[in-house]
Amino acid sequence: MALMPVVLWTDALVFLLIALAIGFALYACRHEHLRAPWQRVMRSRVGMVTLVVLAFYVLIGLLDTVHFRLRLPEQQPGAQAQFSPEVLSLLDVLLRSLREGQEKTYSAPFATHLFVKEAIAQPDGSVVRDYPRLLHGGSHLRDLDQRGLDILFRGLGGAVQGLLVWCLLTWGLVWLIAQGQGRALGEMGSLIRRGRTRLPWRAGLMTLLLMLVIAFVAGNLALKYHILGTDKVGEDVFYQALKSIRTGLVIGTLTTLVMLPAAILLGIMAGYFRGWVDDVIQYLYTTLNSIPGVLLIAAAILMLQVYMSNNADRFESLVERADLRLLFLCLILGVTSWTGLCRLLRGDALKLRESDYVQAAVSLGVGHFAVIGRHILPNVLHIVMITLVLDFSGLVLAEAVLSYVNIGVDPTMNSWGNMINSSRLEMAREPVVWWSLAAAFLFMFTLVLMANLFADVVRDAFDPRLRGTR
Amino acid sequence: MTAYVIRRLLYAIPILIGVNLITFVLFFVLNSPDEMARMHLGEKRVTEEAIGNWKREHGYDKPLLFNDSVSGLARFTETIFFERSVRLFVFDFGSSDDGRDIGYDIAQRMWPSLAIAVPVLLVGLAFNISLALFIVLFRATYVDLGSVVVLVAMMSISGLFYIIGGQFLLSKVFHLVPISGYDTGLHAWKFLVLPVIVGVIGGIGAGTRWYRTLFLEEVSKDYVRTARAKGLGERRVLFRHVLGNALIPILTGVVVVLPLLFMGSLITESFFGIPGLGSYTIDAINNQDFAIVRAMVFLGAVLYILGLLLTDISYTLVDPRVRLQ
Repeated sequence: MALMPVVLWTDALVFLLIALAIGFALYACRHEHLRAPWQRVMRSRVGMVTLVVLAFYVLIGLLDTVHFRLRLPEQQPGAQAQFSPEVLSLLDVLLRSLREGQEKTYSAPFATHLFVKEAIAQPDGSVVRDYPRLLHGGSHLRDLDQRGLDILFRGLGGAVQGLLVWCLLTWGLVWLIAQGQGRALGEMGSLIRRGRTRLPWRAGLMTLLLMLVIAFVAGNLALKYHILGTDKVGEDVFYQALKSIRTGLVIGTLTTLVMLPAAILLGIMAGYFRGWVDDVIQYLYTTLNSIPGVLLIAAAILMLQVYMSNNADRFESLVERADLRLLFLCLILGVTSWTGLCRLLRGDALKLRESDYVQAAVSLGVGHFAVIGRHILPNVLHIVMITLVLDFSGLVLAEAVLSYVNIGVDPTMNSWGNMINSSRLEMAREPVVWWSLAAAFLFMFTLVLMANLFADVVRDAFDPRLRGTR
Repeated sequence: MTAYVIRRLLYAIPILIGVNLITFVLFFVLNSPDEMARMHLGEKRVTEEAIGNWKREHGYDKPLLFNDSVSGLARFTETIFFERSVRLFVFDFGSSDDGRDIGYDIAQRMWPSLAIAVPVLLVGLAFNISLALFIVLFRATYVDLGSVVVLVAMMSISGLFYIIGGQFLLSKVFHLVPISGYDTGLHAWKFLVLPVIVGVIGGIGAGTRWYRTLFLEEVSKDYVRTARAKGLGERRVLFRHVLGNALIPILTGVVVVLPLLFMGSLITESFFGIPGLGSYTIDAINNQDFAIVRAMVFLGAVLYILGLLLTDISYTLVDPRVRLQ
């Protein structure tokens, strides 16, 4: 074994989420009332475009979720294998040149020189204060005047690669669709080009082209330059922004996942059994709701900090500690946000228990929990879906705010909140160090915007009141 | 009506007890006062004596729920639960971990919080409603579509960026207003302009979009068609009929947040250095002053319940069909 897999807590939950998603997709395929809305989502152009962009984010997040420790070179033959203490992810391996291309301190995007002056020893022994060359960014350039041309050619090279990959993917996809619909390849291609297909393939493929070209251009340039500059300790900002994707996605999805069991169970029970069960559950969520969310999170995180500082020896590594804090943050965010879903489910269960088929099942002697599992749960699943999608963007935004107040994710973890937090003082510098903030803005804005647009499409597709109006 | 209000206030008591229990469990049971003392004193090897001293100084040296060493009723009153949690019910917040009177601090810091929160609410409300009406006037045109796209984009920007951007543009580049700080009395206005502008702009995306949906829902109702059939102009229909009827959900939406305005905005206040309750809370969190956090949790819960009650009452005031029983 050249590596030892490491499964962090959040990794395990992400894998569980994927398994659930696949299971749900299979389930939805066989049930018309769930399949029809999703088909409406896919048929909308906005839905297709946002899905493609989100897929890129998810892909990066997943690459960053597979963790392992590399094997150290053997000291002597026959000795027991030693593994490096550093926990890496697939993404870290892919971005090795970014991770290891550390500079001394700030440098601007595409810079070849450091952002601050330093004393440099000249060959003749004298010392000059000047901006030193970067160790990695643009270090391959002999003649600095060539930088513009170099960037242009590398960018073009990346664009061509992206285009080639896109052509390959498109050819495969069109071939698949043509096979599925029993048409010739050329005919299918022209249908897609004219936008005459049932699903908006043209919009999706155009977005895919755009994303692939951006990805390849950025990737090509990032090999030789710090395309978004470096931060105070000289780490590549582009790398940080990419690593932050996983944090954002984990907070946005796992929070809803961890609160789901409680919200579904209590919400349906309150609506179905009514009476004192309903009273108790309503009391529970009104009480939790009346505590201001930020303060509850702050209190819980403070307590976690007390626990962690008193039991520092229980954690094997910093990564593990940061991961546990992330999980705890998801849990506590879930506690503050499950009440909304619980109330919705209660309302729907109240309505459903009066429906004819539930009455029929009860009068035939079917047990309460069988009725809930067979008749009520399947009919409220769409509410769960919509909540999961609608809550996502708000949670990603909340992470940034919480990290700013120091009650968010661990300060050692890459996250957009931490990037913004550390760039606060940089804006007061003269000249301004703007790239950390800009990078966090760019990545976060794209994700949240896409999630918001996607959530709108999903809500419209599921909302029966809007059906037929558009 | 009076009976209803009294009953609702009585309902609030079990909820507040619940809130108190939750905070009590969070702050005292999960982490014993010993651990708190150790954390505050900071060092790895703190003597038992130092911990005892710290607990005595801050009044954490009593048993949690039940005191065996005294007799009578004092068994329950001479405990941390009684002294720290039950007293909150009469708004006796006690003193913070560094010895200041929390009740006094809250009364002092309430005003700067309100000085920001109230203008943001009023200006934002007026601005968002006008904008939403304007968009609805152009519904189903490119103006409508374009503004919805802009609104969604504005919603997708984190509030932190609005604040940082506002500070950078108005204060650093154009030097119009000071970056942060506060002054007493009327001199405070120049410190308030920027936070209020930022607050209003940050709220446009979600606010206007919400009001647009409300208005669109109203526009498709029967009475609007009747008004048009009578020959009223589009502007009169919108401003008199639609706005008037949409005011019900708008009003109730506003009333529910009114009490919470006292709590101030955590982020805005700490960014702009305004000595309100929001920055008070943030400082308490950063200094790990549990007494203040506990007091703010309780205050927040009280204000939230008050907001719910006010909402119910305002329903009956604006909509005669709703009767409180």
